[in-house]
Amino acid sequence: MKCKGFAHKYGDHIDTDVIIPARVLNNPDPAALAAHCMEDIDKDFVKRVKDGDIMVGGLNFGCGSSREHAPISIKAAGISCVIAENFARIFFRNAINIGLPVLECPEAAKEAAMGDEIEVDLDSGAIHNITKDKHYVAAAFPPFMQKIITAGGLVEYIKNKREG
Amino acid sequence: MAMTMTQKILAQKAGKSSVAAGELVECNLDLVFGNDITGPVAIGEFYKMGATKVFDANKVALVPDHFTPNKDIAAAGLAKTTREFARKMGVIYFEVGQVGVEHALLPEKGLIKPGDAVIGADSHTCTHGALGAFATGVGSTDMAAGMATGTAWFKIPEAIKVTITGKKQKYVSGKDIILHLIGILGVDGARYRSLEFCGDIGQLTMDDRFTMSNMAIEAGGKNGIFPVDEVTLEYIAAHGGNKGVAFTADPDAEYVREVVIDLSEVPLTVAFPHLPENARTVAEAEKMKIAIDQVVIGSCTNGRIDDMRAAAAVLKGRKVADFVRCIIFPATQAIWKQCVDEGLMNIFIDAGAAVSTPTCGPCLGGHMGILAEGEKCVSTTNRNFVGRMGHVTSEIYLASPVVAAASAVAGYICGPDSLE
Repeated sequence: MKCKGFAHKYGDHIDTDVIIPARVLNNPDPAALAAHCMEDIDKDFVKRVKDGDIMVGGLNFGCGSSREHAPISIKAAGISCVIAENFARIFFRNAINIGLPVLECPEAAKEAAMGDEIEVDLDSGAIHNITKDKHYVAAAFPPFMQKIITAGGLVEYIKNKREG
Repeated sequence: MAMTMTQKILAQKAGKSSVAAGELVECNLDLVFGNDITGPVAIGEFYKMGATKVFDANKVALVPDHFTPNKDIAAAGLAKTTREFARKMGVIYFEVGQVGVEHALLPEKGLIKPGDAVIGADSHTCTHGALGAFATGVGSTDMAAGMATGTAWFKIPEAIKVTITGKKQKYVSGKDIILHLIGILGVDGARYRSLEFCGDIGQLTMDDRFTMSNMAIEAGGKNGIFPVDEVTLEYIAAHGGNKGVAFTADPDAEYVREVVIDLSEVPLTVAFPHLPENARTVAEAEKMKIAIDQVVIGSCTNGRIDDMRAAAAVLKGRKVADFVRCIIFPATQAIWKQCVDEGLMNIFIDAGAAVSTPTCGPCLGGHMGILAEGEKCVSTTNRNFVGRMGHVTSEIYLASPVVAAASAVAGYICGPDSLE
């Protein structure tokens, strides 16, 4: 599966409070959450984002709260995948569980700029920054996690297992 | 193979004689819980998985503590979803009037014991490592899977050994120690790793330990665990708990990093905006005369009886400064009652502080103490991220109850010895 879109670039330690603030967690509907995604650090994100776009972060992306509303809001905003230097563990796990692809690739994350056009091959982990004409390869997922991703998230994975 | 405390618990729960860092295992869970924000999302996913009942109603808990007492109509709907699921499934549930902040309440009710494997859909689930359990925060989908299957998969974490030495200085508490440690490690220094506390821990009360394990996540940690000692066992006996299994680290267990914290060198500490790693000494902050608008004393980090007593000792016979709001949140009903019984409530009220029913409210900018544009708050909570407690330009300074109470009286950030 491939994703292609424009980069929305952020810095280090992007926490789940800025991804989706608690004041809007009283409505967990994905579309409602998406309307507030990133608003505390980037008011224009929701106006700018187009389906298929790619979010790029630095170190420790998604640190803080365990709220799954954070990856849900990113996915519902239209983001096809998140590339970062690395991820906070609960966010990473939540993203895999809800079927939001997340790729760890320090070079690609560091070198991408806001608005760069990027193409990602999720099966191989190949990342192509079209604007800069540079190629990267993200860290591969462990096989067990790949099974969850292939199933389309943890819900489907458990469902398949139960129906066994 | 030599293992850490965390590794031993996960090995046992996975039915293995040994595990190594990096290995993926599936573990049986002793407790799965969530709150009124993460619970409703988990309940939705639970049904989507095709599940119809929880794996064990005595091992699933729903604690509606975040937006309760209901802050608005939408939040009331979330609380209702949580309540109805709890009633239908017969799981452990605490209604407003019995509910407290989950990470203070669950140990108090004897629901967590040494050697347990616990997941909670709340990042501060790591608090329960203070009891010698493996406890980690997960999202709603993992909580749903845990409720349905009683299991969760984990990557066996590498470990950081934190050895406590020296003697604690006057007024210094678990909060100062953990802020100091996060200052050393950074907010991602323990990312994916377990923090394994050891050394001269006998001088740390259970409440100190809960505070320290609680903030393991603020260094990115998967969990933060203490060995079981007499202090642990006394706490468990007093709360009607089961003494569980005390795991000890092998002497030759591997650690990717070792940090020694000499308590004689840990001062009163405050974390400046907007990351918990921005640790500075209170003495340094004091020189800056940072005027504050609000003080919050409470939360899963510092809402326990030690914290209430520490705040009261400072507030006794003093008044909160003019134009400063001081809001105190005992974390559970039992702690609230203890505050009444010990006369702390009179001290708080006489000082001009507001005392609230237990709730997570202000810590996450939910309700009961939201900050306006540009306001500054000294808070005993755990996060000082941008916009965490309100307006994006507001500022949060994380500190202990002693420092928070002293700052409330002075109207600027300071320690208790600076009060007249």
